[in-house]
Amino acid sequence: MLLLTCPCCGVTAEETEFANGGEAHLKRFGPGSSDADYEAYMFNRKNPRGVHFERWRHAYGCGKWFLMARDTMTLEVYGAYPAQTTEPPAEIVAKIKARRPEWEGYK
Amino acid sequence: MSYRLATGGRLIDRSRPLDFTFNGKTLRGFAGDTLAAALLGAGQTLVGRSFKYHRPRGIVASGAEEPNALVGMGEGQRFEPNQRTTTTELFSGLKAVSQNHWPSLDFDIGAVNAKLWRFFPAGFYYKMFIHPRSFWKHVYEPIVRQSAGLGKAPDAETRDADRYEQFYAHCDVLVAGGGIAGLTAARAAAAEGKRVIVIEQAAHWGGRAVVDGAEVEGQPAAGWVEAVLGDLHANPAVTVLNRTMAAGVHDHGYVLAYQRVADHEPGADKPRHRLWRVRAGHVIAATGAIERPLSFAGNDLPGVMLAAAVRDYVVNWAVSPGKRVVVVTNNDDAYRTALALHAAGVAVPVIIDARTEPRGALVEQARAAGLRVADGMAVRSVKGGKAVTGVELCRFDSDGGAVAETIACDAVAMSGGWSPVVHLWSHCGGKLLWDEAGAFFRPDPSRPPLGRDGQGFVTCTGAANGDLGDTDAAPMMPVWMMPAKADYLLRAKMWLDPQNDVKVSDVQLAAKEGYASVEHTKRYTTLGMATDQGKLSNINGLAILSDALGQPIPQTGTTTFRPPYTPISLGAIAGEARGPIFQPLRRTPMHAWHEANGAHWEPVGQWRRPYCYPRDGESHGHAVSREITQVRGSVGLLDASTLGKLLVTGPDAAKFLDMLYTNMMSTLKPGKCRYGLMCNENGFLSDDGVVARLDDQTFLCHTTSGGADRIHAWMEDWLQCEWWDWKVHVVNLTEEYAQIAVVGPNARKVLEKLGGDIDLSKEAFPFMDWREGRLGKFRARVFRISFSGELSYEIAVPASEGQAFWDALMQAGAEFGMMPYGTEALHVMRAEKGFIMIGDETDGTVIPQDLGLDWAVSKKKPDFLGKRGMERPAMTSADRWKLVGLETLDGSVLADGALAPLPGKNVNGQQETQGRVTSTYFSPTLGRGIAMGLVHRGPERMGEVIAFQTESGGRVEARIVDPCFYDKAGEKQNV
Amino acid sequence: MKRYSVFAIAREAMRQHSGWDKAWASPEPKTHYDVVIVGAGGHGLATAYYLGKNFGITNVAIIEKGWLGGGNTGRNTTIIRSNYLQDPSAAIYEKARSLYETLSQDLNYNVMFSPRGVMMLAQTEHEIRGYKRTAMANALQGVETRFITPAEVKRIVPIMNIDGPRYPVLGALWQPRGGTARHDAVAWGYARACSAMGMHVIQNCEVIGVESVGGQVSAVATTKGTIGCTKLGIVVAGHSGHLANMAGFRLPVESVALQAMVSEPIKPAMDCVVMANTVHGYMSQSDKGEMVIGGGADHFNNYTQRGSWMHIEETVRALIETFPMLSRLKMLRQWGGIVDMTGDRSPIISKTPLGNTFINCGWGTGGFKAIPGSGWAMAELMAKGASPLAEEFSMYRFREGRFIDESVAAGVAH
Repeated sequence: MLLLTCPCCGVTAEETEFANGGEAHLKRFGPGSSDADYEAYMFNRKNPRGVHFERWRHAYGCGKWFLMARDTMTLEVYGAYPAQTTEPPAEIVAKIKARRPEWEGYK
Repeated sequence: MSYRLATGGRLIDRSRPLDFTFNGKTLRGFAGDTLAAALLGAGQTLVGRSFKYHRPRGIVASGAEEPNALVGMGEGQRFEPNQRTTTTELFSGLKAVSQNHWPSLDFDIGAVNAKLWRFFPAGFYYKMFIHPRSFWKHVYEPIVRQSAGLGKAPDAETRDADRYEQFYAHCDVLVAGGGIAGLTAARAAAAEGKRVIVIEQAAHWGGRAVVDGAEVEGQPAAGWVEAVLGDLHANPAVTVLNRTMAAGVHDHGYVLAYQRVADHEPGADKPRHRLWRVRAGHVIAATGAIERPLSFAGNDLPGVMLAAAVRDYVVNWAVSPGKRVVVVTNNDDAYRTALALHAAGVAVPVIIDARTEPRGALVEQARAAGLRVADGMAVRSVKGGKAVTGVELCRFDSDGGAVAETIACDAVAMSGGWSPVVHLWSHCGGKLLWDEAGAFFRPDPSRPPLGRDGQGFVTCTGAANGDLGDTDAAPMMPVWMMPAKADYLLRAKMWLDPQNDVKVSDVQLAAKEGYASVEHTKRYTTLGMATDQGKLSNINGLAILSDALGQPIPQTGTTTFRPPYTPISLGAIAGEARGPIFQPLRRTPMHAWHEANGAHWEPVGQWRRPYCYPRDGESHGHAVSREITQVRGSVGLLDASTLGKLLVTGPDAAKFLDMLYTNMMSTLKPGKCRYGLMCNENGFLSDDGVVARLDDQTFLCHTTSGGADRIHAWMEDWLQCEWWDWKVHVVNLTEEYAQIAVVGPNARKVLEKLGGDIDLSKEAFPFMDWREGRLGKFRARVFRISFSGELSYEIAVPASEGQAFWDALMQAGAEFGMMPYGTEALHVMRAEKGFIMIGDETDGTVIPQDLGLDWAVSKKKPDFLGKRGMERPAMTSADRWKLVGLETLDGSVLADGALAPLPGKNVNGQQETQGRVTSTYFSPTLGRGIAMGLVHRGPERMGEVIAFQTESGGRVEARIVDPCFYDKAGEKQNV
Repeated sequence: MKRYSVFAIAREAMRQHSGWDKAWASPEPKTHYDVVIVGAGGHGLATAYYLGKNFGITNVAIIEKGWLGGGNTGRNTTIIRSNYLQDPSAAIYEKARSLYETLSQDLNYNVMFSPRGVMMLAQTEHEIRGYKRTAMANALQGVETRFITPAEVKRIVPIMNIDGPRYPVLGALWQPRGGTARHDAVAWGYARACSAMGMHVIQNCEVIGVESVGGQVSAVATTKGTIGCTKLGIVVAGHSGHLANMAGFRLPVESVALQAMVSEPIKPAMDCVVMANTVHGYMSQSDKGEMVIGGGADHFNNYTQRGSWMHIEETVRALIETFPMLSRLKMLRQWGGIVDMTGDRSPIISKTPLGNTFINCGWGTGGFKAIPGSGWAMAELMAKGASPLAEEFSMYRFREGRFIDESVAAGVAH
């Protein structure tokens, strides 16, 4: 039962206030894109055992989407950041590295 | 036989006798008794039967770990099976019945299983009942299933007469356990100014210390507990709850606490149970330790009890399990029991200690009291049937072949050492260490369960942390089997799990057969799967398994600790959300009118919509036909308020909707409406509806009733996460407006009667336009759109005025026979027109092109959601099934979901098909069945006759026709 | 392998059960096998079994990180049914169900298949249409189902409240030969039969790498050393993405927690399996007497085998609404399993980008019922390079747009 903090409104609330939106930082491929790119965008997922960058929406709160780094093995939350971000912020990457030296990094 | 002592009893009030019944027999206990104490006090040592062998069962423990003494309690709407007598507080009039026997507790036919024990070893059912196959179905399985279960099921028509509630709470520290360790921890946290919740599963505080008369901080434990509790109660930052168990620790400090509010005072005007959902910054588990049984032959007989439990009964409730009680142990603590019994005047003929020459203060006290200590000895076997009659002794370090001595007794108090209660530590993944000295698992502080910040959020303290407090005691000696080299016949009589009838020999057999993982053994033998979830049996079983495998215990590991700690009522889990408030009910502004006017409801999401409005004696079918005939012939009203209404506004609104809809929305002129389709990125249809352009930068998007929230979220997703620089704002106005469709040839006349400032004439207000203004006294937005093919206006008024507007329309339409119509008439009329319905013609695998909606899929736009998906080979194939109308040759109504079979079979032997029915109705307008369906290359096959399945398994022929059955030219909606 | 029978039990009863063999051998791995299957859950073991039984391929190792049957095979709600809508699903699930009918005899291990009937409640008009459509499809797929009335529902399940105030029962899809089986026994029975054919079931052996030569798999690196193989089958459910990563490809799979729970045991009260999709709950009664209750899946990636409590509450509410007497029972135990969900919620049985490497995954919330059919199809695919049952379940179907979507009954209503 996760306890999450929305980086937009600052509220810390029950998981029941939030909706998960799957893997973060996927690049959309539209008309004219290759089969492989489209498939990667739509279906193929990292699904890591460990650090996961993912999308959440504070659906029953401020309504804003945000991104979050969370560990799928321990449910530790490393940090949340705005949805309008194309890759994980350096300070969150650094924090994860400090907590999980064996982590291969975001790629 | 057990009995009530003449004096003593810390917790009972002898001035308040309470009568209760057990199997219909009236017995008497005292206020303060548990049901178990009262039963023992009344001499009732036999209280139930075991699961597999139907062996006689008595009370073993004094708390939550009790595996045997479960009863059915209460009657009727308050009957509950499997109530644990050891944690049930006695009240006047309590009715209990014993379980799992027939015809009676004393004479149980099922006990024949016990005679056949040789044929029922662990896992016997996997090896038997295989041949012949038909026997499994007709003979074996019915027997296996009939013998299932423990307690009687509540009556099928039970409607729980009790109520349940749930609380939320937040704290810095939650302390689970109200013994000395827990209270000490709570006091320390409170002293630091923290918000504290401290809970104790029992009614009484102080744990073992108050029973054993220990001293805490230089004063008697009972006084210390009282003082600390008083301070905690007085502190407003501390919540103190007894009868409240920490059921489970969940991730991120979410703790479920189960409070038995009124179990002990039935009939009180209180909820029976309360489930606390606590968010705790930190959890301190002060949950104590549980004593382990010893494995010796006959250790399952009624009268064989845990030593500390015997002490509890003597000290707390002045109940002795027998007149002559033998104590058998591998540690010092059981000597306290011997001394307590002795002090209460109960004969203790011998203390059997597996250790040789034990030396400790308690041992010396016992000797000084004149008690005989037989050291280096073991119980070879307990004698008796439904009660203990004596024990045979043998050398501990022997195979039990030689009986050293037989001692008459009527009860046995056993202690195999203690195991910390590490459940709360383990629920979220805290790891354990094997403690060699104590022979138990205790929390490994370096591997705690992690919270959301990655730090440990559970701490164990006191006995739960392996600190048993007996610093001056002689070392205990791990004893997993007694005598140490017992032969098979003895091992086959040593119970590990007395409820499920798992014995030492069963675990050894599992190991021998290769079920070597502790999880395999558990599942193969059912060890630890009883209602006590292995509280008494796990470590003993694990030790036997490890020994059989020739490996140390930590290498074998433990099974997983899963919540709840002890079973919690499903009623409490559900809380108040039952019956009418099981889920939120969404009501339109006219909901009450529909109800008052006989609506037959149809659930649509959390809404309810009138399916039809049957009149007296009218079937639903007749009502639907009547409503359709009225609409097509004159005028009717539909409550369309549930339709989603999303306001999309901003400089980039048009650009945004061009991405969302498959068709072009940016070309729509203010004042106009356009039907639009939305697809997901796979290209599958997800929603449809009419879009009205309110002004240059503002659109009102109608969605399906079920789609409003989903589409709103979908829009926000794209705006916030993909096109975040686009200037668009979306507001969900669904519940701000009541929306009413006025439909039928007389619709305009009805609206004109209301008056107002909107010119409703055909010329001034053509089809697919919208106007804003006044209808009568109502502020209205009027959309000239039609889902029925008739002259039709959909009118939105503020929700607060919806009912008044509805009334005004009913009144204005009275001369035209105005009546409301429901969703079914809506469906039939749209099907008559060949309009698709999301969810009927679509099912998440249908693209617009399948439905002949190519015209609504822009060829000009470079991109829209779903466009790339539609380019995939399977989507562009000419062999897709496409929408057509279907008319049966005989006029009958095609069956829902009927397929059109082809003669051949596919590679998997399934009948080939060429189409299916998506919508099928009796059309009162046409007087025959009409249907729509998806047919292989359907539009190319107009006029062809193909066969469909019927409900009875036959076939019926239908002709492929245009899906529009009514007013193909569209004249009626354009008048 | 000594045969199991009532006579064997009687014989052993007379000699203190001293003569039983190990159910399966626990050998050290060889350096090379014709086939290595990663994952000794039901699907992996069944794959190995049918490789041996149907194709005579017995130089096989089944490698398991933990203990066999310890994943979803051992933590599901044991429901077996084949009342699926789409042809490819109905084909493989009905194949599985029909194999379950005789599995105890085939394996000489009683898996206690109990065709007590599976009932799926219709509680909205939309669900009625969806289930009638399924019944029509099943009639042509060789799956015995029918749509039954509320009165029949009540007759079969007397403890059900069919007149609930919010979602009255309007009918049900009934599969009389659906039911349950003893989940652990399925894994154990297959393992024992594989072992009897000379296959190696290697437990406590984790794969840490996949090795290849020229685009073809050559070996797996494990915690017990490198094990060579000619063909590799990856059958690891929730951990498929992890293994695929080692083999150099990605999957359309995400792993989430799915929860279940049991009540304390009571005497027989419900004779079949009931699934109620509108209110989200399903339940059956085990041979021990526990009410076995399936809960919802979390919506976030998770490998902890713990789910979020709210789903338990939702499920219990739904079931008390459907079976009011449950309110007086107690929850004994709750747990979670990690399920692998694909883009269309249907499984993958497929060749992969790595040569001679095959994958079987994505069974989501419904894998147990498929075990024999899944193993049958996977074995055929691995042995022959193609299998009619597996054909539509290729991992490449997503890019081609050929979905097998079973959620279609849960569309949208106006």
